[in-house]
Amino acid sequence: MVSWFRRRSSRPERSDRRKVSVPEGLWIKCNNCGEIVYSREIERNLKVCPKCDYHFRITARERIDLLVDAGSFEEFDSSIESLDPLQFRDSQKYFDRIRTSKKKTGLTEAVVSGSCTIEGKRTILSVFDFFFMGGSMGSVVGEKVARAIERAIQDRCGLVIVSSSGGARMQEGALSLMQMAKTSAALAKLRRLHLPFISVLTDPTTGGVTASFAMLGDVILAEPKALIGFAGPRVIEQTIRQELPEGFQRSEFLLEHGMVDRIVNRKELKNTIAFLLDAFTRQ
Amino acid sequence: MVEYYLDFEKPVYELERRISELKHMETEESGVDLTDDIQRLEKKLEKMRHEVYSKLGRWQRTLIARHPMRPYTLDFIDLLADRFVELHGDRSYADDKSIVAGVGTFMGEPLMIIGHQKGRNTKEKLMRNFGMSHPEGYRKALRLMKLAQQFHIPILTLVDTPGAFPGIEAEERGQAEAIARNLIEMADLTIPIVTVITGEGGSGGALALAVANRVLMMENSIYSVISPEGCAAILWKSQDYAKDAAEAMKVTASDSLELGIIDEIVPEPLGGAHRDYPAAAAAIGQAVKRHLEELGKLTPEELVEDRWRRFRKIGVFQGP
Repeated sequence: MVSWFRRRSSRPERSDRRKVSVPEGLWIKCNNCGEIVYSREIERNLKVCPKCDYHFRITARERIDLLVDAGSFEEFDSSIESLDPLQFRDSQKYFDRIRTSKKKTGLTEAVVSGSCTIEGKRTILSVFDFFFMGGSMGSVVGEKVARAIERAIQDRCGLVIVSSSGGARMQEGALSLMQMAKTSAALAKLRRLHLPFISVLTDPTTGGVTASFAMLGDVILAEPKALIGFAGPRVIEQTIRQELPEGFQRSEFLLEHGMVDRIVNRKELKNTIAFLLDAFTRQ
Repeated sequence: MVEYYLDFEKPVYELERRISELKHMETEESGVDLTDDIQRLEKKLEKMRHEVYSKLGRWQRTLIARHPMRPYTLDFIDLLADRFVELHGDRSYADDKSIVAGVGTFMGEPLMIIGHQKGRNTKEKLMRNFGMSHPEGYRKALRLMKLAQQFHIPILTLVDTPGAFPGIEAEERGQAEAIARNLIEMADLTIPIVTVITGEGGSGGALALAVANRVLMMENSIYSVISPEGCAAILWKSQDYAKDAAEAMKVTASDSLELGIIDEIVPEPLGGAHRDYPAAAAAIGQAVKRHLEELGKLTPEELVEDRWRRFRKIGVFQGP
């Protein structure tokens, strides 16, 4: 049941000083409740804290294994890769950042797309990986999302996008901004054919991704306590110079304000998606 | 009008002032002939203007795009529309005054004009929220775009915003959803849409009015995914590097044209649109007229397809 999990080598949450004698990665301090939890227990629980239900961030591969029927995922567009159209450099070259992310994640870009079945239902699935440059959307990510939408149109099946992104990628400038329009316009085509799009928002989903396809799901699901918003909390705090209310921009806040359809626990996610896709595509 | 000039414009302004002083002297104290001096200085001014304005860096252009005397949407509407009836409100929450919209007549034909609006003085700036919209602003814009579609009126949008407003209430009312909604709905509109970025094309707040068949930029406007200050704060860890961020993100009109993001650059009077409002408006008017005429030949389906193809092809990457 936990075959989808692969051990990550870095555990930034670990409290080193207090657990000197404990082998690497055996214990994890929960980001939310601060409890020290046996890491195997978290793995077994789909990377959800058994004490407080905090949903840890997971990689795109882990997410795919969690959602699709075993062995059904056929990745496409994995060989489209970023160029550096602006020759962008700040303290680091854009190209070096890409290389580091590739090495760290084993992915070619911040989104993984493919066709699969979900409880038997043929579906196109795109999943963001926050560990690849913060899941940011540049030309490649925009292109892969647009192509996933086009594939759903071509195959006449439903679409699921699991977002986890800091937003548009600054290193590609306005080209990244345009991906918001491109992906949204592609969804307009999908909509005309009455094909369902389930958007799943996970921690964190902000900026240009939220302000485009992610908020355009026919149904929008969110994982518990995920940070979801347009502007990041720090930017808001700096602009209005006041403290943000407790729970601001978390899934529960968005549900309260009518911005998402439903908060779904990771355990229930596959089943909920499958149910909705089935209901929407029976004709 | 308060005189305001940017640092790099200072020599130009000083020379202009000297010339006008001389002219003043000539008329006040009759008998003094300063024609030669004035002519000499005017020649010098001409040369200096070319030197200063023909090789502006990206940051200097950013400053011109944000120039406090730059013409804003209502100034352009005054100069472009024979008549304009402003319409208000999103019909669900409020009227966002950072976006003005309404029906006008342009070259004798009805036109829906929608644009960001900044303020000139403190009171106006607050009323217009510095051109930064809340969700209800984008929703008002969309409501009126659909109204235009209903009655087959083409749309002109004028973009000039630092970005969507980052605030608690904006988030509560769905800032991201409002922008996203405009993107998908604009993609589906069956009437011609022309966008002109007149000043700051600030990220999602700009794009929410800019999913058009033709996107033009004024010569000294900018278009960017995040403000140079915001980018600098994240990547350089300090807003002081805004200038470097503007350079790195390639925010100018010519950059955008090169990247295939816009279709055309609208030339500005030398020194910038703020030096000559009528000339700036006339250049916009000419370009908009030409594009509306071209788009007027397309069927509703072709217009949607044209817009789709325009945005579909944007992006630079390698691979199949």
